[in-house]
Parts: sequence; C-alpha cells; structure tokens
Amino acid sequence: MVTNRDLIELSPKIMIPTLYDYWVHDVEVLKGKGKYELYPGNPYETVINTRPAISFYNDNNPDWLNVMIFYHVLGHIDFFQNNLYFRHTWDYDFTGQALSDKRLIARLRSEKGRQVDYIIEFSRGIDNIVSYFGELSKVNRPSFTAGTSKRLDFYFDVFLQSHKKVNISDYIKEIERYNQSIKDYGTLGEASFFADVELKHPEFKAVFKKSLEKKPDRDPDLLSFLMSKSEFLNKEENKWMKSVMQVVLNTSLFFQPQIRTKIMNEGWASYWHETLFMQDDRIKGHEVDFARVNAGVTSMPRVGLNPYALGMRMFYNIENMADLGKYSIEFRQISDAIERDNFNKNTNAGREYIFKIRENFDDFLFVNTFIDQDFVDLHKLFVVGKRINRAKMTWEYYVQSRSAKDYKQMVIDTLYHPPCIEVDLDKTDDSRLYLQHRFEEKPLVQEFIANTMMGIEYLWGGTVNLETSEVAASKPLTGFYAPGPPSAQPQEPEKQKIQWQRVLYTMEKRKLTRRILYAVDSK
Amino acid sequence: MNNKLQKYYEQIKARGLTHKQEEIILEELNFQGFHDIPDMLSHERKNSFQPMPESIYEYTDLLMLHKASPPYINYSTCLRSLDELLERDKMREKDGFPRKIRVGRLVKPGKSGKDKIVVVPTTVEEKFIHDSVRPPEEGGESGGSGEGEEGEIIGEQPIRDPEGSGAGPGEGQGGPHEMESSAYDLGKILTEKFELPNLKDKGKKRSLTRYTYDMTDRHRGFGQFLDKKATLRRIVETNIGLGNLPDVGKINPQDFLISPADRIYRILSREKDYESQAMIFFLRDYSGSMMGKPTELVVSQHVLIYSWLLYQYDKQVESRFILHDTEAHEVPDFYTYYNSKVAGGTKVASAFRMVNEIVEKENLAKDYNIYIFHGTDGDDWDTEGKETIPEIEKSLVYTNRVGITIAAHSSAQGNKTEVEKYLETSGLLKEKPSLIRLDVMQKDADEPRIIEGIKTLIS
Repeated sequence: MVTNRDLIELSPKIMIPTLYDYWVHDVEVLKGKGKYELYPGNPYETVINTRPAISFYNDNNPDWLNVMIFYHVLGHIDFFQNNLYFRHTWDYDFTGQALSDKRLIARLRSEKGRQVDYIIEFSRGIDNIVSYFGELSKVNRPSFTAGTSKRLDFYFDVFLQSHKKVNISDYIKEIERYNQSIKDYGTLGEASFFADVELKHPEFKAVFKKSLEKKPDRDPDLLSFLMSKSEFLNKEENKWMKSVMQVVLNTSLFFQPQIRTKIMNEGWASYWHETLFMQDDRIKGHEVDFARVNAGVTSMPRVGLNPYALGMRMFYNIENMADLGKYSIEFRQISDAIERDNFNKNTNAGREYIFKIRENFDDFLFVNTFIDQDFVDLHKLFVVGKRINRAKMTWEYYVQSRSAKDYKQMVIDTLYHPPCIEVDLDKTDDSRLYLQHRFEEKPLVQEFIANTMMGIEYLWGGTVNLETSEVAASKPLTGFYAPGPPSAQPQEPEKQKIQWQRVLYTMEKRKLTRRILYAVDSK
Repeated sequence: MNNKLQKYYEQIKARGLTHKQEEIILEELNFQGFHDIPDMLSHERKNSFQPMPESIYEYTDLLMLHKASPPYINYSTCLRSLDELLERDKMREKDGFPRKIRVGRLVKPGKSGKDKIVVVPTTVEEKFIHDSVRPPEEGGESGGSGEGEEGEIIGEQPIRDPEGSGAGPGEGQGGPHEMESSAYDLGKILTEKFELPNLKDKGKKRSLTRYTYDMTDRHRGFGQFLDKKATLRRIVETNIGLGNLPDVGKINPQDFLISPADRIYRILSREKDYESQAMIFFLRDYSGSMMGKPTELVVSQHVLIYSWLLYQYDKQVESRFILHDTEAHEVPDFYTYYNSKVAGGTKVASAFRMVNEIVEKENLAKDYNIYIFHGTDGDDWDTEGKETIPEIEKSLVYTNRVGITIAAHSSAQGNKTEVEKYLETSGLLKEKPSLIRLDVMQKDADEPRIIEGIKTLIS
C-alpha cells in the first residue's frame, strides 16, 4: 500500500525503489518526442517484474478497485513469467540485484566522484542499442552439439556456402555423401568423410584452423564490445568502469521485454482483470463502479491508440476465432463471406490458443499476425491523420484509412524500435571504432549524435566513426500549404519522395565532423 | 488606407528615396496580412494533443487504473537543487564536456500583468534514436475508432491553445506564479548559467533602502501637526457614541463635546523608502514588416533582459513599455507589450522621442539608472535616421545603455538594414561604445544566439 505521493516519487526510478541513483533521474526530463525511446521501461507500472513480484496499491483507492487492480497485476505477473521474451529475467530477483548495483555505484561514487556519473551517462547513451535478441538467443539456444563437430558445422555452414559458394544440388549431394558415410562406417564415418573432403579441397584444413583462431564475433553489441575490446576500459585503473557499464547494460536488458510487449501485456492484464473480477463476489454492489472504471481503461478511444483496449480486444478476438476453428487452412480456403461468417468447428480451443500466444509473441508479431480486415471492421478501427488547417489555424484530425494494412502499419510505426547500430569489425582497428547504422528509411535524431558519440569516444579511448543515412532533400511542398486564401485546403498529401544520403560522422578529440559519403537510391 | 501614413509617405518621397527603400515602405503601407504575435511555445506544443496520449507507451497502469495524476515535479523543487546542478554543469565544462542543463523557459502572458514565466531546468539524455520524416505541416498518425468515412474530419484542435496552457512541467498545479518572482529566478539562472557580466555601478547610491522623514504617522493627544479632518471625524464618532447627535440633518457643532484624545496629530516619523534603481524602457517595433519571427525574437530577448535586470537590481526595477509603428504608444504592462499587434509603417524616431519626453517630464535621469532596449527588424521609413539619430543622441546623455536589437529579415541578408546603416554612419557606435550597442541577428536565430546578443548589448 502506498500513497499517491509515494507513487510519484517512485516514478522517476521506474517504480523500482532500489534503482541506482543518477542525477538525471532527479531532474525533470524533457517531455515529448522520443520519450519512451529515451526511457524505456514502463515508468508508471503498478507491478514490477522481480522475484517475488512487487505490486503497488494506492491507499486512496476503494477496496473493490484494489481487488480489480490485483487481478490486473496477476495478469501482468503471469505474462512476465510465461512470455518467452522475458526468459532472461526469470531467474533472479531484480530488486535485490538493483539494490546491490545501487550500493556498488554509491561506493564507486564515493571513491571516484563524478566520473561515475559520466560513465553512467555515456553507457546510458547507448543502452538502447544493446543486443537484446542476442541475449535472448543465448538463453533460448538449445544445447544441441549432439553428434556434430565444429569441423562439420564449419564445413557445411561456412566453407561450402561462403568459400566455395557451391550450388544447392551440390550442397545436397555433399549432405547425402556425409549421411552415406555415417551409414557405412559408423563412428568412423566423419573421419572418412573428411578424408575425402581434404582430397577434394586441400585448403580446407588451413581455412578451418584459421577460423578457429578468429573468435566468432557475431553482432557484437556496442556496450559489450566496448567492455571487452576498449584498451582504455581495460587499463588496470579503469576496470571499475566496466562494472558500472555492466549495471547499465543489465538494467537495460531487464526492461527491454517490457517495452516490447506493451500492447500484449496490457491487453492480457485487462483481459484477465475483467474475466476474473466478474466472477469474484467482491464485485457485488460495485458492478456499476467497475463498469465505469473498466470502460475508462478498456474502451477504444475515438482518437488515440489505447494498448489496453487494443490488446484486450485482440485477445478476445483471437480466442473467439480459435474457438470457432478459424485458424485453419480449411477456413482460409473459404472465400464466400457468408460461409466465412457461419464457419464454426466448435473446437473450444480458444483459451488454450491465447495462452500460446501470450507465451510466444511480442507486440510486433502480435500486431503483424492478428490484425486483419475482419478485426478492423469489427471494431470500426481506422488510421487518424493529422494536418494543419492554415485558414483556421487548427490541427485537423481526419479518417485517413480504414484498411487493415494501413492500420497495422500505423500500429507498428508506433512501436519501440531502436536503431540497429553495429560495430563494423572490418573497418574497426586498434584506434578507430567504426559503427554502421543500418538503413531503415529513418534518420537518427541529429542533435543527439554529438554527445552520444562523445560518450562512445570516451569509453573507447579513440576515434569513433558512425555511418548513417540522412535526408538529403525531399521534394518541397512549396505552394502546397503556402499561407493564402482559405480555399488552399490540402487534399490527401502525396507521399514525399525522399532523397537519402549516406553520411559519415567522426568524433575525434571531442570534435564532431560530418562528411557525405554517397547518395542512396530509395524505392 | 491610413491617410496620415499616406501623407507621411509622400513627404519622405519628396525628400527622395531609392527604389529599394520605396519598395519596403510601400509594402508596409499596403500591408494587408495579419500580424499575430507568434506563439513562443508553439514548437513545443505542436506535438502534443491534449485529449490523448501520443503513443501507446504513455498509457500506464498508474494513470489508467489508479487514476493518479502524472508525476509532477514542482519547478521550485528543481530550483532548489539548481545550485547543485549548475555546479555540476560547471564541472562538466572543466572536464571538457559540453554543458547539459538547459534552462527551460515557459512564458505565459496573462491578463493584467500576471504573466507566468515558469523556469525549469531540464536535461535530456542523448541517445541514438530514430527521427521521423514527415511533411512539415502534417502531424503523426494515430489510431481511431468509430464512425466516419475516409477523409472525413473528426476533430480539430487549435494550434495555439487559447488557454495558453503550455506543455511541460509547472503547468496546472502549484498555483499561479507571480511574474516578478519567476522572472527574478530566470534572471538568477541567466546570470549564473551564462555568466553575463554584472552591471557597472553608475556611481549612484547602491543602498536598497533609504529613509525619509515625513509626517506620516498619526497620534492621538499630541504631536506636531493637527490633522483636522481626522480629528473632526473622531469628534463626530465620539458624539454619536454619546448620543449627542440625534438628527444628522441638523448639526450644531457647538454642542459637541471634545475630548483631548479626539485630537489627532501627525508626527514626524522615519519612513523606509525603497529606491528604484533602474528604469528600463522596452521599445518594440510592431510595424507590419515585423510579422512573425522578428517579433518573437525581440520579445524573447526582452523577456530575458527584463529578468536579468530584475535579478541584477534585486527587484528594484521599474519598467516602461513602448510600442511603435510610425507613432509611439506607451502600454501599461508586459502583457499588453507582448500581445499588442498593429500593422503600420515604421518610424523608429517616434519611440526614442517618447522616451526622451517621459524622462524629461518625470525627471527620471536624476534618480534612475536608465536603460533603453529597442527591438526592430531594421526597417525605417526615416531612411537616413535624420529624425532618429538626434533623438538617440539626446537619450545618450542620461542612459546607462541603449541596446538596439535588429532581427533582420533574411531578404536583407548581405544588405544592411536602414537602422544599421544610419547608426553606423552616425558614428555613435564607435564613439560611445559604453553607451550604445547594436546587435544584429538573422530572424532565424536560436536561443543561444539571443543570449549571445544580450551579452553584446549589456557587457
């Protein structure tokens, strides 16, 4: 039970009372654009994902409301503990970990002073491009080394494909030859197989040996890369910095799944608080109150994208579809609308089906898979556009599209999506760190580049390059919206054709320079 | 068409004008457009749509289920820690990193001088994050539900919020802040953050208070000077009390009983008198050509200067606000100064003349440090400054500083504006750099540039 005031004081610390101290938490932060990109993790959640989970109840709330919230919290906890995107957070007590991190940082701060805050700042500058999926895949990777050797993997996965570039039929022939060899010679099969390989490709042995020396640095995430490779950080007197970076890295990884499952998580919790509380005796006498609060939380707004409402409706819809057996090839093959409507296999497998979804999906997959035209039509959804009306000096909100494709795209565009920025190992050497920003038709926020790169330079201890894409020019819309007589009402503005260019930023001795590399053709 | 303007135009035309000058004047003369004060917060508000959170991540359990108010950090709380933050910022600079604290400033002009200037130190964590590319006049897409054909308009929202409630902390709670105290805080921050120079003492008394002796206190029974009116009132009261005054229509003062205690005297007493140290004149050109950005720049800069001087003089500042097109008008408060709009021609001389008149009439030069700050886009129908320069020269006799800001139109790029030209020709800037300063910026200048400008004007 906490007071309103407690809740507010907890919020800058992402509701985790034991989170490490950092002065930026204490200053009000700039609001608006990109806020959640900057501060991932749900800032005002009522439950935190730790062992055991902690949830907050407002002492101002009536009891029945706290019961409802309790069911909502149960939904979240169930989600945290079963959704596979949270896999890496299952095994430890985060608040306990956070407390020890907090102590570590406090101790270092007493020894090293404000330098600790610089390290936190610079690490947090890149804590959104951590290799979250890498972390997940580490946890979820099955340990199947049974029967295959590194040499065999290398031969089939790398040597044949990358070095020899054999065609598919030859590749399959090699597999058949290997299988045959195993069949014929049993345990000696592999040795026999490679005896032939070495006859055919005398260089294989050397190539394989070389590959063993080179550590397979797949997709190194920047923070981890700096920690392992930066000469500066690995100096004896600077090694403490790595523990601070590790804290930032762990904290970020901890919050990643939460931000990537917002719609599902809130939808799931809403689904369950509704379902469970309706069956609870304690609702008696508060049915109307509940209905009012619940509607406030889960109604579809006229304008806006309410994750509670959208997620909950999607789960209900999926359950219903699965109950009717509509997730089947049989159903998909029907094109007759009436027949589709009447389709009912009475499988009653809906509940089970949504449990599977809650286990295996994240927001992107969820939205991409289950928003279809039937769903959009059923709930009368549309994409809202927003444009300036110069004559009235107002923003106009209008129905832009009712197509499921557009709606889905709109939802996907609002999802958390940090840029993909990776270390380019080919262009990185002892002094120079070369970062590649993968082009996704989105530029980076330019004003943030300088300070972020300065932080990386500090941690790396040398020059840092960043290759990224920026808008070179876009077809100007002059005349189109020019202030003028009110009749100049824009019709559906056509999508601009954007000219992109690849740009190289260099941070050297805390000075940022920018150079245009080449123009990029876009679609 | 304004006849007076037309006449004036013909008058100066007879004196001879270049083609370019004539063009500018004619443009102002025939100005038909609107001349709104640009919304200083519009860029902050553009992205905020009050009725709904912009992204799904702004929906949170705390707000949705608990109905708690969004976390609110009082700006004065931030101010309390401001010293520490500024200290931190200074250390950053020493360590070779750029500063990180920004002084957020929300100005919210209110009626009858109750402007709100909310000062919030803010900071942002820089990261690599995606920016959005969208046409300049389109907002982001969002979700919606319900009836409506594609293309149908379902709602509108004024771009400039009529309530003036800006986004950002400090709004809606904590009660109204007085302009003075907030501006004072802002001035403190400006002085510390930007390390603007402190003002030079003009050699006047710097005491904040002085005492005068005056017959202000009243005393019953004895004193230096009988206050007849008060005494009479007292006597009437006494006699009403005694029942000596049965008929108010027929009063015979001779029947009154007079007690010694009814005599009210004034006695000499020591009075604390706050000395106003500075008088600032803010002059703003609000002619037609000032439409848009130049006005915003000038007003922004004047807010900052005002705040800074408030701090410098520990609130012992009086300010006067003068607007001018071809004629000058004094307006009572900052609100009016900020919000007034007109679209006429330009005559800078009128404003300076008015200042000179006020100073002379009220004999201000004796007691005040006088500052004059003038903001203009640099156009002047009085192209050679024949009227303006003498007025400025007159004011230089008594002012501490005349600061002229020119927010030049980009069309004027490369070419100097009229005001700039005649000021330079006059040689005043070189002869008396301690008294008159000029700052010329392009109209797309940003806040650091504005502050740079203040340094130029004041240092």
